[in-house]
Amino acid sequence: MNVSTKWLIDLVPGLAGGPEEISEHLALRGAPVDDITSPGRDLSDIIIGRVIRARQHPNADRLRVCEVDNGEETVQIVCGAPVVKDGACYPLAPVGSILPGDFKIKRSKIRGEVSHGMLCSAKELGLGDDHSGIMELVGDFTPGESFIDAVGLNDFTLDVEVTANRGDLLSHVGIARELAASGEGHIELPEIPDVSDLPFEYQTGAPEVGHAGFSVRIEDENLCHRYIGAVIRGVNVKSSPEWLQARLRGAGARPVNNIVDATNYVLLELGQPMHAFDLAELRGQSVIVRGASQKETKFVTLDGETRPISSDMLMICDEEVPVAIAGVMGGNNSEVSDRTVDILLECALFDPKATRTTRRKLGMSTDASYRYERGVDPEGLRSAMERCIQLVLSTAGGELELPILDCNPVPFESSTVELRVSRIEKLLGIPFEAGYVGDLLAPLGFTVEKETDGVLHVRVPGFRSYDVTREVDLIEEVARTHGFDNFPDTLGPQRVSSVADHPLFQLEDRLRAVLVGHGMFEVQTPAFCPEGEGDVEVSNPLTTVEPFLRSSLMPSLLRRVEYNMARGNRDVRLFELGTSFHKRGSGEPPLEEPHLAGILTGRREPPHWSREDEEFSIWDLKALVVDIVGRVYGEEVMIESGGVKCPTLLDDDMCIYVREGSGDIVGYAGRVTDEASDLPVWAGDVWSFELALPRNPSKGTEVVVIPLPQFPASERDLALLLPPAVTSGEVAEAIRGSAGPDLEALEVFDLYVGEGIPAGVRSVAFRLRFRSIRKTLKDKQVDKNMSAVLKRLEEDLGVEARA
Amino acid sequence: MSESNPIADLQALEKEALAAVKSAQDRESLEEVRVMYLGRSEGRLSAILRGLSQVPVERRPEVGKSANAVKERVSTALEARQSELVAPSAESELDLTMPGRSRWRGGLHPITQAVDEIWHIFRDLGFARARGPEADTVWYNFEALNTPLDHPAADEQDTLYLVDSVLLRSHTSPVQMRTMEANEPPIRIIAPGWVYRRDTYDATHTPAFMQIEGLVIDEGITFVDFKATLAEFARRYWGPDTQVRFRPSYFPFTEPSAEVDVKRIITRPDGTQYETEWLEIMGSGMVDPNVIANAGYDPERYTGWAFGMGPGRIAMLKHGVQDLRTFFENDIRFLEQFAR
Repeated sequence: MNVSTKWLIDLVPGLAGGPEEISEHLALRGAPVDDITSPGRDLSDIIIGRVIRARQHPNADRLRVCEVDNGEETVQIVCGAPVVKDGACYPLAPVGSILPGDFKIKRSKIRGEVSHGMLCSAKELGLGDDHSGIMELVGDFTPGESFIDAVGLNDFTLDVEVTANRGDLLSHVGIARELAASGEGHIELPEIPDVSDLPFEYQTGAPEVGHAGFSVRIEDENLCHRYIGAVIRGVNVKSSPEWLQARLRGAGARPVNNIVDATNYVLLELGQPMHAFDLAELRGQSVIVRGASQKETKFVTLDGETRPISSDMLMICDEEVPVAIAGVMGGNNSEVSDRTVDILLECALFDPKATRTTRRKLGMSTDASYRYERGVDPEGLRSAMERCIQLVLSTAGGELELPILDCNPVPFESSTVELRVSRIEKLLGIPFEAGYVGDLLAPLGFTVEKETDGVLHVRVPGFRSYDVTREVDLIEEVARTHGFDNFPDTLGPQRVSSVADHPLFQLEDRLRAVLVGHGMFEVQTPAFCPEGEGDVEVSNPLTTVEPFLRSSLMPSLLRRVEYNMARGNRDVRLFELGTSFHKRGSGEPPLEEPHLAGILTGRREPPHWSREDEEFSIWDLKALVVDIVGRVYGEEVMIESGGVKCPTLLDDDMCIYVREGSGDIVGYAGRVTDEASDLPVWAGDVWSFELALPRNPSKGTEVVVIPLPQFPASERDLALLLPPAVTSGEVAEAIRGSAGPDLEALEVFDLYVGEGIPAGVRSVAFRLRFRSIRKTLKDKQVDKNMSAVLKRLEEDLGVEARA
Repeated sequence: MSESNPIADLQALEKEALAAVKSAQDRESLEEVRVMYLGRSEGRLSAILRGLSQVPVERRPEVGKSANAVKERVSTALEARQSELVAPSAESELDLTMPGRSRWRGGLHPITQAVDEIWHIFRDLGFARARGPEADTVWYNFEALNTPLDHPAADEQDTLYLVDSVLLRSHTSPVQMRTMEANEPPIRIIAPGWVYRRDTYDATHTPAFMQIEGLVIDEGITFVDFKATLAEFARRYWGPDTQVRFRPSYFPFTEPSAEVDVKRIITRPDGTQYETEWLEIMGSGMVDPNVIANAGYDPERYTGWAFGMGPGRIAMLKHGVQDLRTFFENDIRFLEQFAR
């Protein structure tokens, strides 16, 4: 909502302070100001010039040579406008002044005639689109006077942020009321110049009201509670006087003509949308408020757009066709134009929800619909209509036809809300007196009708009837007017929360610490992905690039590697904790699974003069995955390779997977294929893993200490010849299964292939450590264990010791 | 001349010379040792070689060979000692100004760090962390939170939908309702998590971002408790000199509603100080009685307060990050700056 500071000051006599102070006040009332601008910015050099005499340019048909009074002297100015009136005042840009767009005015000679400055059009001043002629000023002006002071553009426009509940603040009076309530005085509507006291007479009725000349009928009283129509005949449509134009400009609106400006003035001042129809364009002498008929499917609004309409939309119609979309926009079939003589003014109350539905369906929002959606004052219609009539008569002349027609099938009934002082205290935490509460509410328009036993019966004014319906709504008004800053902020005793910290957060904390310890950087990436990386689709995405939700984090991480490599970062180690989405039954929310993924590429250690650089390999990745998996799932997990299709990004021949105790595969790790990545030629292998995390992880088993050994260990090395089909994992399993209970540890310490070994056979060296918790093991016993191992290896796997 | 034994003399000389080499403590005395034993004119070995003419012819080759061997061994010892005296011990060959051997350093994402820092303060104030689904229903995201879809308030968070009444949560507030349903008061939780809006990427908007919800529900919770706890949080997070302002606002699920602003005192490196503008850090308020009732609690008995804040915005303010997108680009040169 754009608010004119001058208008506010006129509404609240005694309002002190400049735009910054007013903004600060408004912020503390819940309506912060986002921006302060001035309609007269860039125009401070412009002055008023009066044309004494204009004559034809001797050497150019289209130019005129004007003698202009600039307040100090008479200067000659050459002007290209088709019409220049002797004696009229125009904005004058003197020599040396700068126009918007950084255009500097110089003394010049135009076709042999000297020109000392320029008479300006509205467009040249940034005040409108009119470039057809120079801007003739309507009113009394003194040559040489500052233009912005003379026409009232010495104003500041406040861009006030109005919250969705406060439709009443979408007007200067509403904003002024808040300022007045913070002790800045009372509200007075500014006087309209040249207005005579009019008798206003109404004819009321429902669902139809009318007389010989005109009638109004409401066919859907649920969507339109009230419609006031006033006919004014014999208006003169022209530009508004400067004071009215300046007022609109101060509030960020563009003047159009005196009729439209009058309706906009009322909208901006009182928050009541108004509309003016060209009466001559209405077929029949009546207005009917009804839904569009089945046949009426298209309607051209006054912006020239053809809009599809439907029977659920409320229309304002003449006896034949719709002439406006109720509460949204008028039609171009009944628009007021220069030729208009008789007008119908509309001041109506349309349903907020219906207006919202209609304008959303049409994909548009107007000043009128914005206010109807948020609720206009049901008690303010007649005063708004009267204000508008006065403005029209003042600026366009004409005669009001009496009586004014007021069709009101659903009269407004104000509500009374009970407010317990005890409840105020319970919620706000400090004591309140009933009288003080009434004092806080009164300036906002609330009336305490009676007070019994600490319960106030508060009448809610019409303009707050939308957002104040409950006791708590009034308590907010009490708190707001008392001032949030006037409440203490001393911390009292609090009870302990019954909710335990969620264990998944705790697991994530531990994993983050471990991965950072592994030298990896945590990244955050949004869950959106292109088609093919997920099966959950967003139905109304803003872009079509990433309309799905990812089922895997790995592609996002790979893109981050690509991004880094494109910027020359070679050594990239990233991980992410995020949600993986999977489609479920139709209409059901997707399945969400917490995931952890990581990616490694480049050197496994920072370069150092003492050693050769070494790149990450599958063994780094495997050790990392084993570490992480152990922390998440404990010892019950199998790391396997082969037999399972790996994710598309990974190389099937260089991929391992993680199987949880129950048999489910919970993770993958491996080398990213060249086809899957878009990396520079110098990039090395990229290694990645992804692991599903339990949604509700257990705390894990408690550590129970194994007593430290008291007897020495006995180590034996075993070089084994593994035929092609036998894996080291199988061998290790066979050793563990046959070495007896005293086998304390088993490790692989060497791998040899080559000379002395048959082709395809690998020599893998194992170290076995035996130890008894009861005694020192004798060599004989260890030898026996070793024999059992060799026997098992030979029988089960055909593996023999290397000679 | 008596019968001499030149071999024995050479052996004695070698022993003496090697001892002298060993005991030389600096390069000057070592040079003296060299001159004394190997010097061309005065050296004792030279003297022995000059006396070779006295030796019987048949023994000369043997003595000559032996003398050369002694010369070689003493020379070697001299050289070795020479280099020892230059670098007195093997250990001091190390140049400790050479760079050390490091391991890769990793780090947490700056927004995680902001979330953690905020969480640690609330943990100290008796809060626990709760979570809820990112894809939720219209009921949990709007209706249960006193926000009818046909109200303009629903516009302010333009929402991404999946199917029918399933959407990507536009705020973390659905966790309020889910936590209340699954627990009994007293409730003191925060809920960090991703939220989604129908926004395009620009310097201050991304279609997905982190938010932290907070909720307190119990008997006797008042506006004073609300203000006190959040002011305490703000001072612990932004510094004890921070001014905190509560400004009326509107959220459908709280009443009264407030924006919380802070004004910080910043000390420049030169010790001078300046005051920031008011910085908006969160939306908050007393939980609306309709929300409490929707959770199945009696709103006459239970009251509470709630807040929602954006750790991304807070991290921007705190670290001087100009563009929110930087957090999602994840350039490691950016991330490294937070690896502390």
